[in-house]
Amino acid sequence: MEFGLSEEQTLLADSINRFLDEASSLDRVRQFVTAPETDVWSGLVELGVPGILVSEANGGLSMTALDAVIVAEALGSHTAPAPFLGSAVMAPVALQAAAKNPGDLLAALVAGEHRVGIAVGEAFAARVDAGITASSGRLSGKALFVLDYGADSYLVADGNANLYLVAADAKGLESRPLTTIDRTRRTGELVLKGVAAERVSDDPAVLRKALDYGRVILAADTLGAAQNMLDQAVAYANEREQFNRPIGSFQAVKHMCAEMAAHLEPCRALIWYAAHALDELPDEATLYASHTKAHLAEVGKFVAKTATEVHGGMGFTDLLGLHYWFKRIGFNRQMLGTPELLRDDAARVQGLVA
Amino acid sequence: MDLSYGPEYEAFREEVRSFIETNRDRAPRPRTGLRAPETLAWQKLLIENGYAARTIPEEYGGYGAEPDILKSRIIAEEFARANVSSGLGGQGISMLVPTLLEMGTEEQKREFIRPTLHGEMIWCQGYSEPGAGSDLASLRTSAVLDGDEWVVNGSKIWTSTAHLADWIFCLVRTEPEAPKHQGISFLLFRMDTPGIEVRPLVDMTGVANFNETFFTDVRVPKHQIVGARGQGWMVANSILGNERDSLGNPDATLSRLNGLVELMKQETVNGHRAIDDPVLRDRLMQIQGRVMALRCNDLRVLSARLNQADARLARMVVKLQGTELRHELEGLAIDVMGEIGLAYQDNPYLRDQGSWQHQYMFFLGLIIGGGTSQIQKNIISERGLGMPKEPKYEKGQFAKAAG
Ligand SMILES: Cc1cc2nc3c(=O)[nH]c(=O)nc-3n(C[C@H](O)[C@H](O)[C@H](O)COP(=O)(O)OP(=O)(O)OC[C@H]3O[C@@H](n4cnc5c(N)ncnc54)[C@H](O)[C@@H]3O)c2cc1C
Repeated sequence: MEFGLSEEQTLLADSINRFLDEASSLDRVRQFVTAPETDVWSGLVELGVPGILVSEANGGLSMTALDAVIVAEALGSHTAPAPFLGSAVMAPVALQAAAKNPGDLLAALVAGEHRVGIAVGEAFAARVDAGITASSGRLSGKALFVLDYGADSYLVADGNANLYLVAADAKGLESRPLTTIDRTRRTGELVLKGVAAERVSDDPAVLRKALDYGRVILAADTLGAAQNMLDQAVAYANEREQFNRPIGSFQAVKHMCAEMAAHLEPCRALIWYAAHALDELPDEATLYASHTKAHLAEVGKFVAKTATEVHGGMGFTDLLGLHYWFKRIGFNRQMLGTPELLRDDAARVQGLVA
Repeated sequence: MDLSYGPEYEAFREEVRSFIETNRDRAPRPRTGLRAPETLAWQKLLIENGYAARTIPEEYGGYGAEPDILKSRIIAEEFARANVSSGLGGQGISMLVPTLLEMGTEEQKREFIRPTLHGEMIWCQGYSEPGAGSDLASLRTSAVLDGDEWVVNGSKIWTSTAHLADWIFCLVRTEPEAPKHQGISFLLFRMDTPGIEVRPLVDMTGVANFNETFFTDVRVPKHQIVGARGQGWMVANSILGNERDSLGNPDATLSRLNGLVELMKQETVNGHRAIDDPVLRDRLMQIQGRVMALRCNDLRVLSARLNQADARLARMVVKLQGTELRHELEGLAIDVMGEIGLAYQDNPYLRDQGSWQHQYMFFLGLIIGGGTSQIQKNIISERGLGMPKEPKYEKGQFAKAAG
């Protein structure tokens, strides 16, 4: 029995973190905000990241969900701008679950030659006038807050949980970027008017599986970001002096840090288990994915606020840049299901909703 | 990542299960007295079969198995699942026995461990004093050597089960001149020794389970000390770790959670089941998510012990998070019941024998006892996160606030 990371997984975490320390330093993150192209993704492609969840038969590495979680945690920790969620997780998971690989798309994903954005939010929580309908193979409607915007194609869900691939340059597709608080992620809007689309799946289980993976990955991103904020808060509290003593010796400050750690530390094991369930425990996968994302949303929100407070006025500045983590955590909370929606989902899969 | 225990262990699990199935009728019902014949007989049966006192050497009255964390875990899991008593607990078995095994003399091990394990010798823990709670090391109960005897004077408070106990393990000050942590000794003595007076303290649940304990010239044979004179703080600390591990146990919380789900399916208001109320259901799900996190954390701690991995911080947060969560869980059950959540004792509308009301209050006691939540946060921040200690203050530096 071993519940934890293997030696290879620890090495994987080390190598991704080492790469991101440089490639996604805070200075680089700031640049991305004004010029949204960096070499972060190409570096990750070189490290094999998009192949993690792709089977060897499809040209990937056949690694586990836990390996993907390790990468997500590192990305969150560095607030790294990279289209990992769509191109390395949700698209490969959906395509393989549906046994579809049009034009050897999986190989192109692994090679980093193609990016897939994710437009599935309307399938479970359509806002305003958004929503996608399909009629004789053509899609119409609007998708909001598309993940990994600026992609080569989009994985789109209609209101019946069917999945389609739509090329970014398809006729009848209009798109525009949407600005959000989190400038380390690209999001946008798609407006479809009778757009020709490639059907990926008409089995709701495929969308379900892609969502389960996506949710665990966002939770892991929050874990990484929140851990980083906590570490920064502890370091700052030990350094900064007021009233002739380090503020970290004031119990009010110390206890804020202890509470952050007490809430965050068990999240690590929860995410490991949720990842393990995605691969090995199909009966528990959805329950854990929903709960894990909801729980990390709550803990992440608490840490984001508290760690900022520990920094005093500095925490509120752009100069320090703590807000990048704060906003990253906020983004992860709202995307792919808010906590209330996810907990309702968890109750449903347990048969607790009449 | 490998969550299977392996075939050897699955076979062991089967053994445990069939033992429980065959013998469950002999197990004492909940709330059977500590000295009742069925309690003692069940304890004896469990020890003979290696389901209690498993790794304690036979010569001291245990079963004598090689330590095997997974087997111990399987036993705990199966008894919890079957909802059958896993034998006696209490401060003697969970705290004193491990300490004696580590620090006791051969004679002490032979004299005390067997009867303690078999429930024939009940202990209480005499640590806290009116002036020494969180700051336990400031305790003042004194013991002065007079010939071959210690003479103990002073008083303890919050002494759980002192009114039932045969013996006490007690922290006393033996070197009044030494720095406060170095002047303490760990004594064992009989509760019927002349000069001991026990006065019950009724707790908020309405039960007198803890006490004030007064010592006036209580004479204790010199050899009834564990560890060297002045080493009592170290001896006591090796036990506090054990105590904290057992508070806030997530398996017990899970079975309460399952009970809460059942309760929410039964309770109705205006004809609607509580589980169908979206607000209450959301609160239930929030708690479920937190229970899951703590159970996974527990698995991580277990695995770290098996594989010598580091999970220090994960272990350090268990008491704080486990007791706070449990208190909230019990509190949700009370909200679910509305006015019925107020019912107590002989009220005919009581649900589940009033266990929700009782546990809601009882867990507030566990949040305070065994190192309060605030003390846990001090430990987590100082030892877990490496933050600075509180500055020390001289006595009298603070003037009392004007009243
Ligand atoms: C149900 C129950 C059973 C018990 N059983 C036993 C027993 O069998 N034997 C035994 O010896 N004792 C027992 N205790 C006593 C228990 O260990 C103490 O109550 C506990 O250690 C707290 O001490 P205190 O009550 O003196 O509170 P205090 O130490 O006076 O604390 C009061 C408040 O001040 C806070 N505080 C104190 N110091 C600090 C600090 N440094 N930083 C921040 N906050 C601080 C505390 O967190 C608390 O909120 C029991 C207690 C309970 C509730």
